[in-house]
Amino acid sequence: MTQRLRETARRLLQEGKVQVVIGYGPSKPGAAAPPVLITRPEDADKLEWNGRCFANLAVYLTRKEVKALGKAAVVVKGCDEKALVVLEKESQIDRAALSVIGMVCEGVGTPRAAKCASCQVRVPRFADEVIGEAAQPAAAAPGPNGLDRLMAKSPAERWAFWKTEFARCVKCYACRQVCPLCYCERCIADKNRPVVIDTSATPKGNFAWHITRAFHLAARCIGCGECTRACPAGIPLGLLNQALAQATEEDFGYRPGMDPQAEPVFGSWSPADKEDFIR
Amino acid sequence: MTAAFEPKIIAYVCNWCTYLGADLAGTNRLEYAPNVRILRLPCTGRIDFNLIVKAFEMGADAVLVSGCHPGDCHYTAGNFHARRRWMLFRRLLEALGIETERVHFTWISAAEGKKWQQVIGEITEKTRQMGPYEAYRELCVGQASACLAGSVESEAAE
Repeated sequence: MTQRLRETARRLLQEGKVQVVIGYGPSKPGAAAPPVLITRPEDADKLEWNGRCFANLAVYLTRKEVKALGKAAVVVKGCDEKALVVLEKESQIDRAALSVIGMVCEGVGTPRAAKCASCQVRVPRFADEVIGEAAQPAAAAPGPNGLDRLMAKSPAERWAFWKTEFARCVKCYACRQVCPLCYCERCIADKNRPVVIDTSATPKGNFAWHITRAFHLAARCIGCGECTRACPAGIPLGLLNQALAQATEEDFGYRPGMDPQAEPVFGSWSPADKEDFIR
Repeated sequence: MTAAFEPKIIAYVCNWCTYLGADLAGTNRLEYAPNVRILRLPCTGRIDFNLIVKAFEMGADAVLVSGCHPGDCHYTAGNFHARRRWMLFRRLLEALGIETERVHFTWISAAEGKKWQQVIGEITEKTRQMGPYEAYRELCVGQASACLAGSVESEAAE
């Protein structure tokens, strides 16, 4: 697969169809594959494909520095590709100007990342070129997970849980930087007139930040789990997004990134929306 | 010496319906609990979830969000957009273990001064029974905006 990936990248660059290929580069054994930006055909051999290609490379498509390089090709797994669907829906990328190299994925990490157990998109669905062949059928419905365990607790226990977790947050904003859907040029957390989110890494500021981060991804998060992986403090941030994803599916039957034609939950409305909580 | 607990309630209301409803309650001399602080915004669609968080940070014991009934929005659909947002936001609060019983949503029209009086009365009573929102206040201990939390008690003492 790596060989075919390199050939494809070389061809795209040689033909001038793209000016940059965003892919995974060589890594030390056991370490996550780092992202690389390939701009010359002779560098295509630096591309790698292995079970440690965790990163969701769609995050680079909205970066100014990468945009400045010209037309891009991006290497995606089936799960990462969902971010492209959302980005296109939100007019952040021009899909026609983008080349998507889809990698058939059997799951990443040893042991396999939790999200891979319930993966429904091993074969990228909208890629211009799909590399590899699916051996495993799509996974069955997911079993009990961290979210179920969280929601089985009482509200007071949940509060105590997050208080302990957030206490480790140092506000490095890695969760924001790594997220393919956190693309605002100026984040609300960086605005200081007025200060919306207390900038210090105190309990107050941490709660405000994590509430905001999670809710700005409500009905948008594709569940790639990069926020959890990026967190240096090991806070299971993805749980909040999962809670919102579950609510979105229950209330609106909407799964972000699955259907390019579906109307997004926010930005539209229905008179039939439930309001059992409103007096 | 601490006075009896009086809840501090922040009400975010829309300019076109609930604010006028509260105004009507006033012009009709309907008496309602003085625990509520009204903050007027253009529309429920404008009420950012961060405002709710902010209210708790500043020592609120309960928050009320209120606007026009569905179909009555001055901007046609602001309240419909807001309704969707609150549907999901409540679920996030639940996942975090924030007490959702302290966050209230109502539709109160400009003609419903009576409803405003009742809603405020009920929320005040309910919050009084629940007691101060210590869990959130603890997060803010030692920080500038937290000192506002004490102001209700000191006002009551006066």
